[in-house]
Amino acid sequence: MSVRASGGLLGPLNPARGAGWQDPPPRKGFFTDTSLCIGCKACEVACKEWNRIPEDGLAMLGTSYDNTGGLGASTWRHVAFIEQRKPMRMLPVANGMGDSPASGAASDVINPARGAADFRWLMSSDVCKHCTHAACLDVCPTGALMRTELGTVVVQEDICNGCGYCVPACPFGVIERREGDRTVHNAGVAQKCTLCYDRIGEGMTPACAQACPTESIQFGDLEELRERARERVGTLRAAGVSDARLYLDDQKDGIGGGGAFFLLLDEPEVYGLPPDPVVSTRELPAMWRTAAVAGLGLLAGAAAAFAGRRR
Amino acid sequence: MVPRATFTSYYGRPVVKPSPWEADIPAYFFLGGLAGASSMLAAGAGVTGRPSLRRTARLGALAAISASYVALIHDLGRPERFMNMLRVAKPTSPMSVGTWILTAYSPLAGAAAAAEMTTLLPQRLLGVGRPLRAVSGPAGVGAAVLGAGVASYTAVLLSDTATPSWHEARRELPFVFAASAAAAAGGLGMIGAPADQAGPARRLAAGGALVELLMERRMEASMGITAEPLHAGRAGRLLRASKALTGAGAIGAVVLGGRSRVVAVMCGAALLAGSAATRFGIFEAGQESARDPRYTVVPQRQRLEGGGARVGRF
Repeated sequence: MSVRASGGLLGPLNPARGAGWQDPPPRKGFFTDTSLCIGCKACEVACKEWNRIPEDGLAMLGTSYDNTGGLGASTWRHVAFIEQRKPMRMLPVANGMGDSPASGAASDVINPARGAADFRWLMSSDVCKHCTHAACLDVCPTGALMRTELGTVVVQEDICNGCGYCVPACPFGVIERREGDRTVHNAGVAQKCTLCYDRIGEGMTPACAQACPTESIQFGDLEELRERARERVGTLRAAGVSDARLYLDDQKDGIGGGGAFFLLLDEPEVYGLPPDPVVSTRELPAMWRTAAVAGLGLLAGAAAAFAGRRR
Repeated sequence: MVPRATFTSYYGRPVVKPSPWEADIPAYFFLGGLAGASSMLAAGAGVTGRPSLRRTARLGALAAISASYVALIHDLGRPERFMNMLRVAKPTSPMSVGTWILTAYSPLAGAAAAAEMTTLLPQRLLGVGRPLRAVSGPAGVGAAVLGAGVASYTAVLLSDTATPSWHEARRELPFVFAASAAAAAGGLGMIGAPADQAGPARRLAAGGALVELLMERRMEASMGITAEPLHAGRAGRLLRASKALTGAGAIGAVVLGGRSRVVAVMCGAALLAGSAATRFGIFEAGQESARDPRYTVVPQRQRLEGGGARVGRF
């Protein structure tokens, strides 16, 4: 039996070191710049193919071009499509390729007279956030969820017993227990993005980032990605895109910042993301204290029930 | 009526995922509470010389905790890997802590119940159980102390999630669960023990019911909009039934329970049913709160717009 907390109840901001790795390599992560996403879903497909993820429903959802719905046990990248009655702007492209419409989306409602449209399409490729303070990892009772030396959060599929606790713990609704009978790979086990732990180990880029044709999904050292993202959001704001913002880049937020973070063009909830996610474990010490008072109160109450009267 | 707060979502889809848990889990919460508080009644009955109450409570505790193991294992995606729960001990995981509490509690409760069973043996075999009966007193006291953990940690297990109506209930839920456990164990004692031995069971049941109803009120008032699922749909029906059963059972226990055995049994059954309905109702309310993005987005928006009160507020 090993006694292991993930480095205190909340853990330090270097999660790999906090998990006990000696001299870990630089933390790896994703920067998903949604202003460059064209909604091609190459990331979804590449992820499914590389990770041998089973089919999980072929449905028409009636939600723009999104028939995937959301992240889950068998969807580790999910492209959201949002159609808005908001003016589209010409956005600078990252690598000096000239101007392109906002989100790269070709829209048939551009009004050439105004040089802009009264309609815009937001697209965003969502993924596990590989939180600095990861609730799924904290609550896992078997140690199946682990912090890798790269600071990512990975399920050890041969250890997970499918207790399901990580599912309601995740503030983003990412991790899920895979349903299905025994013919389904890893059925009954919690599943989510591994940040392609197997590919990174071989010096390769995660499948989604590799497949992304616009470099909307960028993989690399988290520190460097954060710097690049700050620069990018500055460029966009200078170009008049005042609603460009970074999401989960801040180590002071409720999850200690994400190993995967995003540049968004609207409020997080528009994309189905929580506006102020907090790892529930942050309040766990206070919750344990409350439970201790309640438990002792119950003991005292039971003792009192026997006090005094003989009947 | 308070106007419903406007909020934005992605096609009304949930932000967080509801737990994959089914009826096993609220049943387990009920059974764990019943077992933990019954061990307390059993220890008290042993010390104060109430053999019938002691027998009911000891056997009830073992039956409840055994059934709860079945529920816990049945709920797993990979039941054959249940033992992986014991490969680590993690204070950050209420489920891990709870598993270890159960692991310590169950043999003690089991020893106490086994000793109780030997008293039912024919006269000439009574000697067989003597060593077991010798340790059953201390084992029973140990089970009573650990029972406090068994009955209350499950509230932390629910609250340590992103499920809005569970997490926002965190200040009061341990009290609701512990008090509900007291009501259930008291109810069982009233069913199994004759009225002249069941006084402590009636007092425990009445006290538990009172605290449960009061703390539930306080909880509902402190949860903001995440209290709404407690009143709606199946969860609302369960919690209304729970309040009626718990209240009626407690009043009956106090007023008539000491005089009529029939009334005592009926009240005990009502208290047990009320306690089960509490757990199922709170479980259902949480599941509903996870399915509706309103309960995730609106409180977080309010927190952001409320300014810097994000850290250090329990």
